[in-house]
Amino acid sequence: MYDIVIIGAGVVGGMIARTLAKYDINLCILEKENDVAMGATKANSAIVHAGFDAKEGSLKAKFNVRGSEMMEQVAAELGVKYKRNESLVVAFENERAEIEAIYERGLRNGVKGLSIIEKDELFALEPNLNPDLSCALLAKTGAIVCPYELCIAAVGNAMDNGADLKLDFEVVNIEKNGEVYVITAADGRTVEAKYVINSAGVYSDKIAAMTGDADFNVHPRRGEYMLLDKECGKFTQRTIFHTPTKMGKGILVSPTVDGNLLLGPTAVDMEDKDDTSTTSEGFNTIIDRSTDNANGIPFNKVITSFCGLRAVGSTGDFIIKSRNNVITLAGIESPGLSSAPAIAEYVEELLKEAGMNASLKTDFIPTRKPAHAFREMSLAEKNEIIKKDNRYGRIVCRCEGVTEGEIVEAIHQNPPASDVDGVKRRTRGGMGRCQGGFCSPIVVEILARELERHIDDITKFGKGSVLNYNKTKGDM
Amino acid sequence: MSKVDLVIIGGGPAGMSAAVAAYDAGLRNILILERDTSLGGILRQCIHNGFGLHRFKEELTGPEYAYRYELQVRERNIPFKLNTMVLNVSPDKVITAMNSEDGMFTIEAGAIILAMGCRERPKGALNIAGSRPAGIFTAGTAQKFVNMDGYMPGKKVVILGSGDIGLIMARRMTLEGAKVEAVCELMPYSGGLARNIEQCLNDFNIPLMLSHTVVEIHGKERVTGVTIAKVDERRKPIPETKQYIECDTLLLSCGLIPENELTRGAGISIDRVTNGAFVDQNRQTDIEGVFACGNVLHVHDLVDYVSEESEIAGKAAAAYIMNGKHEKAVAIELKTDGKIRYTVPQRITSEENVTVYFRVADVYRDVRIVVKDGENVIINKKKQKVAPGEMETVTLTSAMINGITSGSLSFGIEGIN
Repeated sequence: MYDIVIIGAGVVGGMIARTLAKYDINLCILEKENDVAMGATKANSAIVHAGFDAKEGSLKAKFNVRGSEMMEQVAAELGVKYKRNESLVVAFENERAEIEAIYERGLRNGVKGLSIIEKDELFALEPNLNPDLSCALLAKTGAIVCPYELCIAAVGNAMDNGADLKLDFEVVNIEKNGEVYVITAADGRTVEAKYVINSAGVYSDKIAAMTGDADFNVHPRRGEYMLLDKECGKFTQRTIFHTPTKMGKGILVSPTVDGNLLLGPTAVDMEDKDDTSTTSEGFNTIIDRSTDNANGIPFNKVITSFCGLRAVGSTGDFIIKSRNNVITLAGIESPGLSSAPAIAEYVEELLKEAGMNASLKTDFIPTRKPAHAFREMSLAEKNEIIKKDNRYGRIVCRCEGVTEGEIVEAIHQNPPASDVDGVKRRTRGGMGRCQGGFCSPIVVEILARELERHIDDITKFGKGSVLNYNKTKGDM
Repeated sequence: MSKVDLVIIGGGPAGMSAAVAAYDAGLRNILILERDTSLGGILRQCIHNGFGLHRFKEELTGPEYAYRYELQVRERNIPFKLNTMVLNVSPDKVITAMNSEDGMFTIEAGAIILAMGCRERPKGALNIAGSRPAGIFTAGTAQKFVNMDGYMPGKKVVILGSGDIGLIMARRMTLEGAKVEAVCELMPYSGGLARNIEQCLNDFNIPLMLSHTVVEIHGKERVTGVTIAKVDERRKPIPETKQYIECDTLLLSCGLIPENELTRGAGISIDRVTNGAFVDQNRQTDIEGVFACGNVLHVHDLVDYVSEESEIAGKAAAAYIMNGKHEKAVAIELKTDGKIRYTVPQRITSEENVTVYFRVADVYRDVRIVVKDGENVIINKKKQKVAPGEMETVTLTSAMINGITSGSLSFGIEGIN
């Protein structure tokens, strides 16, 4: 029996797990997919928002501002790349009033480092913007982080400190048996826990309903993105937003911490909670709208496009409740990533209020080895490692410079990579300009060898995502 | 830091031919750096025949063709390092590389030949809408699975793009028992060799659907089908022509991109059309002593031409080391009219005969290839048909080159009259 079970291993669930792992408790994370970070966490804008967007007094505003303050340290402890690259909300002359309103709201939300800058200064900072823009809100605390890297590291850190992770565990029923919740998966497995934390993203309303709470709902809002080659990673230094609308913050242009350029997202309300298809309308919207902000974006350097589903709650704000030892975290759409560390801190308080009485571990490990540690070493340090383990001398992914040693490490670390996409998210192998054309067969071989499986048992992302069917005729 | 006269980056057909030619020109201190587990490059997975018709007057398979060169490298005891990735080339010819035995190391090179080959354009670059399931491979990745690993990545296949690897894989997958439903080609003509269309598609009744593209990919975990559509003259899909094809695999053969990351890193200027370096007749880039040949310079349709070109680079690199700097002749620029997309070389600094390789932008019938010095026509060559998939050549004699007065030559296509 567990003290606490967290349903959903996205960035919110992951940060909560990591925060609770310092207590001397039995902790388990349940995830319906075959890996962590598989929902909105793997496909979003990768922005740590400064906190000027959300309405003052809202949970979004409160947790965003606090989360943004916490993120740098959290990222450092977890070995996750984080960069305070600043952000700009750009406006045409007729949108100036809106910029001023956002500035005022930011001040009321307690955001530091805000200023309104005029055209000359704006173009001195970012020469590639649309020349028709006339002013901008500059936010010094705007930052970027890799969301799935943060989630993987948070879950990994929780696991390093004793938490369990159960994958392919799709919760279909939750029953209370005395003081204990019995949680059943689609495949019949069950776990028991005293406290349940629902961080199930777009499905958090379904999970809440299983715990007897049906007074809200969550719907998915599609967000499509295009990712450009690292050649374009310095197109802008800052994250460029346009003046927001009620559907979101518009199409942004932003460098990523890994040095690519990201364009998106679109915002289309959906019914299907699993449909992450991209659309030709989406591509057109991204191209048209990002051109409002920037001039001469090299669209011929797109290396991939993807789509995420934001979990939009029916109240318009984050929905956070604590009742009968169930804590529900729903509607954690943007600024959910920015807020995640602060939400986790709040959940810790809620659990204490609900009677959790646990002592702190004496052997808690707060840090985790960075996934990119090897790449950032000096030549001499790399040679030391290669001498000890020559697999670090073999580059598998030529575009991102990822070695066999790093891939093997990702397969055996917490949480382990068990498929090609899992390796990709942990190491960046296959994430570069050739998109795995050369390295994916080698990654498949390494996975098969390390996991002692056949090559045709290695998948792209678990379940039915098979890559190879059978042996060729000559090889039967 | 060790010093080597000539470092060749890439041990595929280009790198090996260049090494052999440099050796045969008298140079001895040569090193080939190869990232894969053996010499041969992408030919190792090209187990079909048709290689070497020009060079050896025989039909060899890819591995056989590569092995002929590997033997020549071995007979000459030209050193090579395998499993070795070059990470950086500096403008002053210092190479940083890495492998399991030596770790990270640097070499000061007297001359460098860039022979890194090319890669395939990935799905992500094509902006195809839909889901992102397993079952989407570039033709070359599928070729590696089938020919090197012995596994079948699909049973029911649609191929987008009619590049040569796509055509070859249509036949290969068919022979292995898969059903290839169609090859869709965005353009109104194929970018592949005519003989491949005949032998890989027509012989197996695989339809080639010109002016068609894939507009949507379906399937959550594995591909379950694709929607294709005809495209108009501006290559935009026509919605009324959409049709669904059930399949579990989408192979992509939508173009090859020379892998010039190292070239760019060294500060060498790149031709936007070829995606390779600007070179002179020796295949020397704009950094003296740095040469480029093979598919890293421009994408070839026949490996025989790769060998030919690489021998030029190898010989020139040897001469550069052994005879010191060339006297800098005034460069003659080779210009194109758009119907001819590019030439290699792009400039000439020699007074000897030079063979110029070029590709056209579209299919043209009954035309003349015209080379002019100002208004003065110096070559006027009739062609029944030219196509983007087939590389063309003309040879400029030393007399022609010596006679040039305008400082440049323009290459164009004109009507028969």
